[in-house]
Amino acid sequence: MSDLADLYQQVILDHNRRPRNRGKLPTANRVAHGDNPSCGDQCSVYLRLDGDRIGDISFDGSGCAISQASASLMTTQLKGKTAAEAEKMFGEFRDIVTTGQAPEEISDVGAFAGVHAFPARIKCATLGWHAALNALKGDPVTATTETHKD
Amino acid sequence: MPDWNNVRADFPILHQQVNGKPLVYLDNGATAQKPRRVIDALVHYYERDNSNVHRGLHTLSMRATDAYEGARARVAKFINAADPAEVIFTRGTTESVNIVARSWGHAHLKPGDVVLTTEFEHHSNLIPWQQAAKAAGATLKFVPLLGADGEGGLDLAALDALLTPQVKLFAFTHISNTLGTINPVAELCRRARAVGAVTVIDAAQSIGHGPLDVRQIGCDFLAFSGHKMCGPTGIGVLYGRRALLDQLAPDETGGGIVVSVTYQDATWKPAPERFEAGTPNVAGAIGLAAACDYLDALGRDQIAAHDTQLVNLAMKKLSTLPGIRIIGPRAGAERSGLVSFAFEGVHAHDVVTFADEDGIALRGGHHCNQPLMRKLGLTSTTRASFYLYNTTEEIDRLVASLQRILKFFNGS
Repeated sequence: MSDLADLYQQVILDHNRRPRNRGKLPTANRVAHGDNPSCGDQCSVYLRLDGDRIGDISFDGSGCAISQASASLMTTQLKGKTAAEAEKMFGEFRDIVTTGQAPEEISDVGAFAGVHAFPARIKCATLGWHAALNALKGDPVTATTETHKD
Repeated sequence: MPDWNNVRADFPILHQQVNGKPLVYLDNGATAQKPRRVIDALVHYYERDNSNVHRGLHTLSMRATDAYEGARARVAKFINAADPAEVIFTRGTTESVNIVARSWGHAHLKPGDVVLTTEFEHHSNLIPWQQAAKAAGATLKFVPLLGADGEGGLDLAALDALLTPQVKLFAFTHISNTLGTINPVAELCRRARAVGAVTVIDAAQSIGHGPLDVRQIGCDFLAFSGHKMCGPTGIGVLYGRRALLDQLAPDETGGGIVVSVTYQDATWKPAPERFEAGTPNVAGAIGLAAACDYLDALGRDQIAAHDTQLVNLAMKKLSTLPGIRIIGPRAGAERSGLVSFAFEGVHAHDVVTFADEDGIALRGGHHCNQPLMRKLGLTSTTRASFYLYNTTEEIDRLVASLQRILKFFNGS
């Protein structure tokens, strides 16, 4: 049960039950869709880019607690960030879910460190991030987790 | 009546702990475990008889050929085919359906023709027909599934209207891998025959779970996999009526299928060799025959009764869980030994991860049934599928695990 308790941290359960920034963003000028074909998880990310900065962000979709909570938490982290900052944050997040090591200064996102003990669930955790990065690149095509190593 | 506790002793894999708990294997719809008898048959073949089949003049090759062709005869008997030549060894159900879709489809489908299937086929009995219909300019149509939870089964009234003379082929599953629905296959074949349509049955979920007689069913083609009936992976069967097989060109060409070859052309051997280019899965076929022996020794009607007893108990106990939605036939109605369900607020993958922590193997997802999931307004379900070695105690453990999961996520 200890691995499971690590996986389903309170932060994750909370974001799963009460997702933040969920639903279409009426003012969005970028959108991208993420798809995990092996399990059917889906996630659309809507962005309003103000110049180089993410003015507003939301997500929509369906999937397991890990994928939905990750997308929800991601939206709270990315608001106000530039594309370059977002990309750097994804790199850090990916390191957390693949290694299980979260730097101390990273708070909520560190809750996803438990994912590393469940390799099959890493794709769930990164689905929303892939969609967000595609949206930032202005690439509306579906991000599929099958073409990414994680 | 088999002693089902002794049956468990035949399966070495079942006697292990997973995450510190005794393994409860409820993913039989995906693949079944292997009895010692099947494992031994594979070991025996590789240790004593391994050789390439056909055309071999040495002792081992003759032994391997005898065992391979003996396996074909054994499988023919298992499904009551009229002739062993009607049994083509393939990699599994998927390859079997693809052979018919490509070989038969290429030869017979024309623009304006209709290929009929159902709304609840596994992707492997849907996509090959999409491809065949597209290639020929034919139309793909679907017999509807009745009920908001798919509980009503095939709409047989709609079937009569759909079965026009334009329908050249009707492909349907014997048992739905997601709903547990058992289709009236003999009746469907009878109705299809009345309009001259060729019938193809996906028997992946029914083979080895009860008696199956292709002549009593009256189908033209039937596909199944060995691994879902306690046989090895990588071996499956396409059954086809001899008269139809002999009219078809091979889908895949190469060695072993030819009578005569020139630099420019080749002529084909009759079935089954015509459809088995290259070195076949000899060990797999031998293992599959051993699985036939194993299941028949227990009695397939007894296995079906055991599955039914387990699924009825599971339906009764699962239906008491708060917020559960069970799809497929209602409690008390006929259903195969599997049950798929969804919980309000808890995703199937979270359920499967939690159950695994309790040593229970389940399957969560769309079950290669994406259009059906969409029709039912679901993205995924959790499936428990039973087989001959499962017990009523294991259903209790499943229910206890699900209760714990619901409490964790919903606090109820």
